[in-house]
Amino acid sequence: MSNTIYSINGPVVKARKTKDFSMLEMVYVGEKRLIGEVIGVTDDFTTIQVYENTAGLRVGEPIYPTGSPVCANLGPGIISNIFDGIQRPLPDMTKLNGAFVAEGNNLFSLNTEREFDVTVTVKVGDKLKGGDIYCTCPETPLITHKCMVPPNLSGEVTSVVENGKYRVNDTIIKLRTVSGEELPLTMVQKWAIKKSRPILGRLPLSRPLITGQRVIDTIIPIAKGGTAAIPGGFGTGKTMTQHQIAKWCDADIIVYIGCGERGNEMTQVLEEFSELIDPKSNRPLTDRTVLIANTSNMPVAAREASIYTGITLAEYYRDMGYHIAIMADSTSRWAEALREISGRLEEMPAEEGFPAYLPSRLSEFYERAGYVENLNGTEGSVTIIGAVSPQGSDFSEPVTQNTKRFVRCFWALDKSLAYARHYPAIDWNTSYSEYIEDLSDWFNKNVAPDFMELRQEMSNILGEENKLMEIVKLIGADVLPDDQKLTIETAKVIRTGFLQQNAYHKDDTYVPPEKQRNMMKVISTLYHSSLEAIGAGIPLSDVIATGLFDKAVKMKYDIPNDKPTMFDDYLTEIQQKIGTLTV
Amino acid sequence: MSLQYMGLKDVNGPLIALEGVHGAAYDEIAKICLDDGTVRVGRVVQLDGDRVMLQVFEGTNGISLTNTKTIFSGKPLEIPLATEMLGRVFNGSGKPIDGLGAVFPEKMGDVNGQSLNPVARQYPRNYIHTGISSIDALMTLIRGQKLPIFSGSGLSHNKLAVQIVKQAKLTGEDAGDFAIVFAAMGVQNDVAEYFRRSFVESGAIERVCMFLNLSSDPIIERLLTPLCALTAAEYLAFEKNMHILVIMTDMTSYAEALREFSSSKGEIPGRKGYPGYLYSNLASLYERAGVIHGSSGSVTQIPILTMPNDDITHPIPDLTAYITEGQIVFARELDQKGIYPGLSVLLSLSRLMKDGIGEGYTRGDHSAVSNQLFAAYAKVQDARSLASVIGEEELSETDRAYMRFGNLFEEHFLNQGFDENRSMDETLDLGWDLLCSLPKSELDRIDEKLLNEKYDPARAERFAS
Repeated sequence: MSNTIYSINGPVVKARKTKDFSMLEMVYVGEKRLIGEVIGVTDDFTTIQVYENTAGLRVGEPIYPTGSPVCANLGPGIISNIFDGIQRPLPDMTKLNGAFVAEGNNLFSLNTEREFDVTVTVKVGDKLKGGDIYCTCPETPLITHKCMVPPNLSGEVTSVVENGKYRVNDTIIKLRTVSGEELPLTMVQKWAIKKSRPILGRLPLSRPLITGQRVIDTIIPIAKGGTAAIPGGFGTGKTMTQHQIAKWCDADIIVYIGCGERGNEMTQVLEEFSELIDPKSNRPLTDRTVLIANTSNMPVAAREASIYTGITLAEYYRDMGYHIAIMADSTSRWAEALREISGRLEEMPAEEGFPAYLPSRLSEFYERAGYVENLNGTEGSVTIIGAVSPQGSDFSEPVTQNTKRFVRCFWALDKSLAYARHYPAIDWNTSYSEYIEDLSDWFNKNVAPDFMELRQEMSNILGEENKLMEIVKLIGADVLPDDQKLTIETAKVIRTGFLQQNAYHKDDTYVPPEKQRNMMKVISTLYHSSLEAIGAGIPLSDVIATGLFDKAVKMKYDIPNDKPTMFDDYLTEIQQKIGTLTV
Repeated sequence: MSLQYMGLKDVNGPLIALEGVHGAAYDEIAKICLDDGTVRVGRVVQLDGDRVMLQVFEGTNGISLTNTKTIFSGKPLEIPLATEMLGRVFNGSGKPIDGLGAVFPEKMGDVNGQSLNPVARQYPRNYIHTGISSIDALMTLIRGQKLPIFSGSGLSHNKLAVQIVKQAKLTGEDAGDFAIVFAAMGVQNDVAEYFRRSFVESGAIERVCMFLNLSSDPIIERLLTPLCALTAAEYLAFEKNMHILVIMTDMTSYAEALREFSSSKGEIPGRKGYPGYLYSNLASLYERAGVIHGSSGSVTQIPILTMPNDDITHPIPDLTAYITEGQIVFARELDQKGIYPGLSVLLSLSRLMKDGIGEGYTRGDHSAVSNQLFAAYAKVQDARSLASVIGEEELSETDRAYMRFGNLFEEHFLNQGFDENRSMDETLDLGWDLLCSLPKSELDRIDEKLLNEKYDPARAERFAS
């Protein structure tokens, strides 16, 4: 009677009176060998969550232990691929099962037939420790894969193969460990998805992740190795913002986790990313992207796993010395998966039915981000950008509130901006970044010495406008003095000309930091020159009649990204036109 | 000969439990034979050792602990599928109720379906023409999209649904067979009759397959209705290469049935008493829309739901909008002004529209016109709120132009007759006519060249009277 199914309730299966299972162990459930994970062990019952649809499962069917936790298979062939929540390759599944996902196919994550051009980087007699690289191979034209000794192993190399073409499961080197055992190392290693990969130490976050999105880079920047949350109601553009960052940010590798979201969106990412050419490398974006797709109609337990699978893949590439950005869309769906499983386990609910351990799970996830020194001495980073879908667009709900505690960058998407078709609809008043101070040196040194100063000025004008609008709403704009009207006009230029960004425009979709700075400079110069003119008694209407404000709004389209010198003409024109105004 | 289990252990709402059962499978179907000779159908929803819990589709009226025999089928719920389902009427569990006899099955289909592999999906492009200006121009329905209608009690969503069914058509050379699957969940008797009659009168009934679950029908059957409808739709689309539009009304009744079922099962409630898996459950329905590689058909969904208390943040509309690709929202104040269909343009959105319109699909200037109409109508709201504070006379010239534009837009563009089927050209030209009532400098979302070609203040003169 032991090791058989006793009860079934949705994705939760229990076995009775058995001591053969350990916590978080991976198991195969039933004749169909569905993949599951042990999530509770008591004297009476072992509780298992099943990652596949349990329809058709019967009481009394066997449960097979595997002795190891749910692992990711790490090796070349991950990049450009698309996996489900437990790292099964979806393209291979369509070949096997057709358009619909069938149960019980335990496909290996990586293609075992594909040959890689391997260069061995160690020789016999070398002493290796965990994390040391023993061979490399080009995985995509952009990414060189580096096979590393698993973190918990060390020893002396006893044999190596010749450089040449090998498949992932071929033995590359043999290692004699301290205990005298000789271990073959292939190009694949396993790692438990719920355990973070070890590092030597954390480094301070001092470099920004450049996204090419003005409101993010300039106003609310994120550091490489940092964490950010994008909360927003439906239709505010969370997914769109994540797509934009995934396309343009300066990370080496993007891990895109579609967690409980729409199937068509994943198709869109697949199609768009294979067509879009990265201007920096002239290669399709898929060459640096891994997709994890667990759409909303796929089994809920695998949705919970998808987040862990994604971050484990990211950590693995970080260990090679790459900079990774993770897009998790959406962490709310993940939290809901936790809630659903928790409900099936009849655990005591905390807020809104979410389990009491929601905050600790969220913090465990976000804490796996960081800019680190790896075991092999290289530096790498994992940046996490998680979308949050608050119920009823109410930011006080548990997932948003708890996420807020663990991220240092908060990009709040605002419904009214989205309704006014102001994209990206990031609300500059309620959003914040705690990285500004850490990053100001970088911006001042690498972009322009006045970058932070200009940024502060833009912020101040927007803040000032926010206050003035309270008055305007009550009594109209006509009664304000000219200098306050100027603030409102300048803020309008900042909002429509700078913060609003057109993802479908060839230049405006990605704007390098230098152009961002130049745009701020033009706006700032315009503001100060106008202020001077007003001070000299010239009416604001005359200043506006010069057409300079309208021109500033359009500069994002009129000045191509590769012609920064055109900004000088703008600056001269401003001085000239406003300078010649007379009372 | 399969085993028969005599009697029950307990009966609780729509659920019954048996003990001493061996070998029952999760989600399988069982027949429950009553002593009076009637047969009901149940589905296994929980297994605990030898205890089996079943939900009974027809309800548990008249069931006692001793008057039943239960036979397990060993199979999940399957319905017969055939092309001849078009033109027929079924109940919520897929049984014909139009007196025309059983459907001769070309295939039996498991109603639960399986999740579609995202890799097998094709990104939806190209549109469905509804003949309704506001939808066609501003929230275009794309083949393979799921675009719900959010309405409130007493608003004209049923009328709109009928008009869409009557007028919906495909354009372009690949416009193959087009048919409609209609699922009614918990609708009143006369509403169901209204739908049926309208389909007959307009002649659309030939290409409509109806699944009806009335508000007096058992709730478990309500939970099956969309499953049966979508199984039929998938069959027609992916195996018969037809373009299928699925209309499901009312999703609120569906979600309420789910809540009732969940609470009688004793599950821990999430928000507003709905079960924690409401999102996953709704997603398992809505995600059954799409276009797949290797088939020329498509499944497009228009779920209709009434927002309790017109509250768009209520869990049902909220979760729905997180899954679907946009939403069409009714506004009560427009309805009260007598505008039909009174759709709230700013709250409505079609996420897939950008890739399915323009040259080759609708018309080259479509996206320019719709962006400008959106932007202009958004400014109308600003002007109106300003006017309510400082009075209309105090408004600037531009703001007054927007006020005028807003009224014309609602009256001529949004408002249209129940029998008025506008072509895409008519709709877009009407949009241009209205935009021409605004000063040229205000049309900042349209590029210079197009504007010079189309802008002519004289076009707006026909609205003067």
